[in-house]
Amino acid sequence: MTQHSTRFFAFARHVSRWLPACLIVLALFAGSARGESHPVRWAADASADVPFTFHDLKDQTKLTGFEYDLVQELGRHMKNPLQFVQNDWDGLIPGLERGLYEMVICGIEITPEHAEGIDFSDPYYVTSERLVVRRDGSHFDTLDQLKGHIVGTLKATQAERILQNHPEIEMRTYDEETNVFLDLVNGRTDAILIDGPIAQYYGSTNPALEVVGAPIGRVAYGVAFAKGKHGALREQVNTALAAMMQDGSLHKILANWKLWSPEMAAMTGDRTTLAAEPAGWIRYTEALHSATSWKARFWRYVSFIPFLAKGAALTLLVSLCAMVLAVALGLALALIRLYGPRPLASLTSVYVEVVRGTPLLIQILFLFYGLPEFGISLGPFLAGVLGLGLNYAAYEAENYRAGLQSVAPGQMEAALALNMTHFQALRFVVVPQAFRLVMPVMTNDFISLLKDSSLVSVITLTELTQTYIRLSSTYFDYFGTGLMVGGAYLILGLPFVRLARMAEKKLAQPHTRRE
Amino acid sequence: MQTGSAFSVKEPVVLHAQNVHKQFGETIILNGVSLEVHKGDLVSVIGPSGCGKSTFLRCLNFLEIPDRGRITAAGVTIDRQGGPWRRADEHMAHRLRTHVGMVFQSFNLFPHLTVLDNVLLAPRIVKRQTDTVKRDQAMALLEKVGLGRVAGRYPLSLSGGQQQRAAIARALAMNPDIMLYDEPTSALDPLVAEEVLNVMRQLDAEGMTQIVVTHDMRFARVASDTIVYMDGGHIIEAGPPDVMCVRPTDERTRRFLGALL
Repeated sequence: MTQHSTRFFAFARHVSRWLPACLIVLALFAGSARGESHPVRWAADASADVPFTFHDLKDQTKLTGFEYDLVQELGRHMKNPLQFVQNDWDGLIPGLERGLYEMVICGIEITPEHAEGIDFSDPYYVTSERLVVRRDGSHFDTLDQLKGHIVGTLKATQAERILQNHPEIEMRTYDEETNVFLDLVNGRTDAILIDGPIAQYYGSTNPALEVVGAPIGRVAYGVAFAKGKHGALREQVNTALAAMMQDGSLHKILANWKLWSPEMAAMTGDRTTLAAEPAGWIRYTEALHSATSWKARFWRYVSFIPFLAKGAALTLLVSLCAMVLAVALGLALALIRLYGPRPLASLTSVYVEVVRGTPLLIQILFLFYGLPEFGISLGPFLAGVLGLGLNYAAYEAENYRAGLQSVAPGQMEAALALNMTHFQALRFVVVPQAFRLVMPVMTNDFISLLKDSSLVSVITLTELTQTYIRLSSTYFDYFGTGLMVGGAYLILGLPFVRLARMAEKKLAQPHTRRE
Repeated sequence: MQTGSAFSVKEPVVLHAQNVHKQFGETIILNGVSLEVHKGDLVSVIGPSGCGKSTFLRCLNFLEIPDRGRITAAGVTIDRQGGPWRRADEHMAHRLRTHVGMVFQSFNLFPHLTVLDNVLLAPRIVKRQTDTVKRDQAMALLEKVGLGRVAGRYPLSLSGGQQQRAAIARALAMNPDIMLYDEPTSALDPLVAEEVLNVMRQLDAEGMTQIVVTHDMRFARVASDTIVYMDGGHIIEAGPPDVMCVRPTDERTRRFLGALL
């Protein structure tokens, strides 16, 4: 063993020469993903958030929605254009805390529970919960009638709390609005209790559904800030909101989306009605119903291609960088574990066990949202690549260890007897042979990695899977979009599979070839 | 062909092992082995299985690190008196190995390289000679062991005898002063073993210093300058083949040889 450790240092010298280079490359990618200057940034999950902030159905490159319009107006009042940041719904508040942006404007309800963790502006919109049911099903008008039935709603909302107070109603909670409504249409639930605007845009626009009964409860949306951090900004926003209520610009925006509610009239004291037609609402409903013919659907799919291509490019880039890291680190871990000094070797096995024993999703979230607590703030790209790469390195390390161990010990001895150093023996004799043995397993892992890269969508990266969620939930079309995205993953994976096959074939030949 | 004996003083000593000790756990394998080998000698080391002869051979180029003992090979001395094997020791072992080639019972050719690349690999990465020089030398070596025709093939497509000759050519490519053989013909049938032994005889004629651990008594008797008999981690006796095979002094040697001859 002592003999191994001296050899190890020579080896470590060589490794230390090229490993930092890999990390520098990764850091460069990360740098491009991080903003340098800091205008006021606001975040929302625009993946399917009709009518709050969403991608215009007729032009997917444009953002629209009543909150989006409200933010533009807010920017005008604050004399400071606000910069949009996309983040996944679950990551919105954590992102606020780690300073990815200063505000979240995404239908966040002002509740005592929420107010414990974040600061709120004054409410900018007030509405109520509504019931949505199937037209052809049994009719319900009140929550009491729904006893013993299944009611769907969104996670962590006012509606969820209302339903929790009715234990006799069976509750289903969802992340995505579209899924709440699809399950009602498909008969998995009997009714939906949800915020008025969502009921209007998803329920009343669906010929199979209707919004019924009286408004239930009161919901107020506010701009969310990190707790205790942005007092001055909050004051600015409150002043601007008050001004927007005074000069009627907020009324105009809401009316444009057909969202001016009695509650808003009561709050602002603005009893007027506007003559202009609700253009935003009309544009949305037209777009929703225009694409029912096959031809229209086809062209819609064609219009998806640029988004899928962009998502695919990010998926590929994240996966490739993570693979490079996984192979380099995995090999280093395997070599240290087999040939390194004992304390280091046991550290690597601890690493492998910890990383393999915990979910990848948790690791990625931890790297992105957890590490800033210790002052290590990684960009989303770097966090994604590190998360995937560090995770797969553990699996690769075990593969390589098995591969290295299956190379006959006589090979190392012969190389040493030929006056090679320990490192040269590994580099030219043992590792190339081990590589041939682990090649098929590696191919497997890399295809897994390509698909696991979808997990980076939780840290604001709009890769292929995130693109799927966005497009499919915008158009209620999980089938056609699903086929397209599945096809995109296959197309990404296939060249790699073929390449691996070719390499395997080429590398396998020496052992069997005869002349 | 027999040009000298262990007792001749014509040629200088190129390999000198003094009081080599080695144990694995509680088992004592070598219990104070000493040996002098003169330049150009062919020394056969014989003895029953488990007598420590292979371990002794592997200690000579530090594939096995002796617990205690002093080994000098081609002017490089490593003196071990217990204690850990340090980086400086590894450095010395590396220097020593530049003068010592080794051939294994199971050939240990690199299966992922052609025969020619097997021969070229170590000169290329260790000696860094120019490519054409190395290539010409490697081809010459392969011709010499009768493998010029199969230089482009992969080891596993060759016969055992061919593989072992390739292994010899590979070791020779580093220009060693001393060649060690660990039962080079044990994995071969007698006919192909002869091809390998012929190469070793030829090297002996060219003045190469060779130490062979072997069970092949016929070869040891005909080709050696000195036969060393080991048993129980000791060298029991050593001498020229005519003495060792005809009238060994020690009872154990007599019994061992009696069983073989």
